[in-house]
Amino acid sequence: MISRLLRTIMLSLAATLLTLTGLAAQEAGGTLNLIVQPEPPTVNIGVNRLGPTTYVGNKIYESLLTYSADLKPLPRLAQSWSISDDGLVYTFNLRRDVKWHDGQPFTAKDVVFSFQKFLPALQARSRLNLAEVKGIATPDDHTVVFTLKAPYPAFIYVHNTAVLPAHLYEGVSDFRTAEANSKFIGTGPFKFAEWKKGSFIHLVRNPDYWDAGKPHLNDIFFHVIPDANSRAIAFETGQVDVLRAGDVENFDITRLAGLDGVQLTEAGWEFLQPVGYIHLNNRHKPLDDARVRRAIAHAIDRQFIIDTIFGGFGHETNGPLSRLSRFKDTSVETKYEFDLAKANAILDEAGLKPDANGVRFELQFVPLPYGELWQREAEYVREALASVGIKVNIVATDVPGWFKRLTTFDYDLAENFVYTTPDPAIGISYAYTTLEGDNAGTTGGNVHGYSNPEVDRLLADAAHENDFDKRKALYSQAQKIISADVPLIWTHDIVFPTLYRTKVHNLIATGLGTDENFADVWLAK
Amino acid sequence: MDRLGFLTGRAARAVLILFGVIVLNFVLLRLAPGDAASVLAGDQGAADPAFVAELRHDLGLDRSVPEQLWIYTKSLARLDFGQSYRDQRPVVDIIAERLPATLLLTLTAFCFALGTGIALGSIAARHAGSLLDTVLTGISVMFFAMPLFWTGLMAILLFSVWLNWLPSYGMQTVGEGGSDLSLVGDVAVHLILPALTLGLFYMAIYMRVTRASVLDVLDRDFVRTARAKGLKPGLIWRQHVLRNALLPIITFASLQAGQLIGGSILIETVFAWPGVGRLAFDALMQRDYNLLLAIFFITSTIVVVINLAADFLYVAADPRIEMGA
Repeated sequence: MISRLLRTIMLSLAATLLTLTGLAAQEAGGTLNLIVQPEPPTVNIGVNRLGPTTYVGNKIYESLLTYSADLKPLPRLAQSWSISDDGLVYTFNLRRDVKWHDGQPFTAKDVVFSFQKFLPALQARSRLNLAEVKGIATPDDHTVVFTLKAPYPAFIYVHNTAVLPAHLYEGVSDFRTAEANSKFIGTGPFKFAEWKKGSFIHLVRNPDYWDAGKPHLNDIFFHVIPDANSRAIAFETGQVDVLRAGDVENFDITRLAGLDGVQLTEAGWEFLQPVGYIHLNNRHKPLDDARVRRAIAHAIDRQFIIDTIFGGFGHETNGPLSRLSRFKDTSVETKYEFDLAKANAILDEAGLKPDANGVRFELQFVPLPYGELWQREAEYVREALASVGIKVNIVATDVPGWFKRLTTFDYDLAENFVYTTPDPAIGISYAYTTLEGDNAGTTGGNVHGYSNPEVDRLLADAAHENDFDKRKALYSQAQKIISADVPLIWTHDIVFPTLYRTKVHNLIATGLGTDENFADVWLAK
Repeated sequence: MDRLGFLTGRAARAVLILFGVIVLNFVLLRLAPGDAASVLAGDQGAADPAFVAELRHDLGLDRSVPEQLWIYTKSLARLDFGQSYRDQRPVVDIIAERLPATLLLTLTAFCFALGTGIALGSIAARHAGSLLDTVLTGISVMFFAMPLFWTGLMAILLFSVWLNWLPSYGMQTVGEGGSDLSLVGDVAVHLILPALTLGLFYMAIYMRVTRASVLDVLDRDFVRTARAKGLKPGLIWRQHVLRNALLPIITFASLQAGQLIGGSILIETVFAWPGVGRLAFDALMQRDYNLLLAIFFITSTIVVVINLAADFLYVAADPRIEMGA
């Protein structure tokens, strides 16, 4: 009994000591070396939302909220918030101790300016958000009240957007060309110091950051290294500390992960929830026939794509939502197992008999021009579909050509991946809702030309349903229909690994992963 | 024809060529599918057709191609190259940040290639048929046959990863301050690998051309006559052989000025060298027309000027060639 007590005391002491040493080890100072690729046009996240822009810009600018790995909103510029029971009124109480990097105080005026004027002028996504809002009020300098037109639960997930300093834009009418855009004045833990175009971006510690004692790091350098092999070497030789998804090809990741002092994590994509696609142009024959689309789904071995092409990073999926979504319902999805005989039988039944050369029909495939792996996937799909009598011609294109072909429905098959985000109302609604006209506007939209009035109704109702369980039921119904209709092939629920040196601590602290502000990141000496 | 007339004629021709470059590139770029508005909207993720149309209107891309060309030519006449669609800054500023890096890289590579190419080519020709000639020819064929990016990656593996002698990328050590002098040293160390990689490829060409040209001249009657007259071999070599052999090398070198800048795109990518070659590639991927056209214009000007200089060099190298001939 005594020995047990002693053991407990000893263990508690040891635990306390460990915690204390852990705390002591949380050292201040140091320089973190990262890679930003491609080099962004700006690091002002109010101007655009490109991956490289947010990676750098989120350390300079802040938003009202951030989100945990289990997608709970966390305080940032808003220290607390409340949502009315009817889901119509969102009240945010702002921090009172926040200053912009130029010393001016941060107030509710900045939030209103950003949401009402700046962001909608430049960002398509913000227009959609603003369309849900009836009015914005500021009862005092540190309170912002959004009143919505109808309940829109996704609204809590739109507050990862930048808040910009209103005082820099006084008298400015054209926000796109405003000089203030390149001053990079935020409230974040790091201040912009220098940008040597083509070489590096340098951020320095903000000594007046509202979260006292943070950030821990003194400097962050974002190195610009355009070539994937050179990026791998820069990491291998210790010149940079972190490699993010897309920095190196997947086949290099396993090798680099095996290096001494290197850690691999799959965490940090809970907010964005990426899913890989092969679009099928539903407006082109014979892809307008759901049977043909199902046959194609059965003819592609998606586990092979995940294992062989994407280095095992990914999960099979049969519906529009990511495995990380709270609304994902695998029980209602149709399973498209790899089965060539079944694919052939469906195509025969659809009346698409092979000709003398064994070809049923031809399709034009536009690969995603973002690296080697997508090209390889396209080549695999060409071979896979050839075995069921579908001749695939791969059409080479660059990024602008790919945008053009997808948004104007000028393709049969095309690769893409999208961020399905924490809320389907933001992430998937516009990809499956009927689109009028012959221009989809953006590649993230309904470029497959899918149209099902029942799905339109379910998605619209679910977006504006305030009760979580009812919402979930509506999304389940939508997933059931979409999965059966298979308007596109969901190739894989993407896993984006991040590699980092073990001396880097707290790199992934929330669901935003490396897009976080890095106030908590510290380096062991 | 007098020198002034010759110069004016050539300059007028150069201006015409540059105008042709602008018009041709302007039209070619517009023929490529997708424009800056579609790329910028694509970056948004949630843009609708109205948003794209608005963007296209703001950028002036909704006008007809001849109309856009007319507006562009008019501003060019005022030496206004316009704004970058993507960076929202004057393209001249953007290029000015990057051009010095490319010039430093290409000029260093060019001087290295020309110097060593002529020297090694002459040695090979002088010892034609010997083991030394075979070795030198073998080396030149090897560097000529190896793709630039491959040579670059192998050089990085050898000198940066295994030997750890030289930095693998960039133009300077990121995050290291210091005096101007230490910065010059730092840039010089960073310059070695990219300049060597680019230089070795062109060295191989100049070496081959020099060797062939020298062998050709050595066979000529006037060399035989010079020898028969009892002139010193060194004098024959300098005054008669090399001088005559230089003509095709000048032609080659001037023609390759453009290719050298083209080659720098690959080298700048592999070595993360912050030059204009990489900038051009990025601008093309973004359909940033104004930026791309200005880069074409400036690099074309450099090539035209080099060719103009080559015309003068011919005269200096060979008195038989007259101005305007």
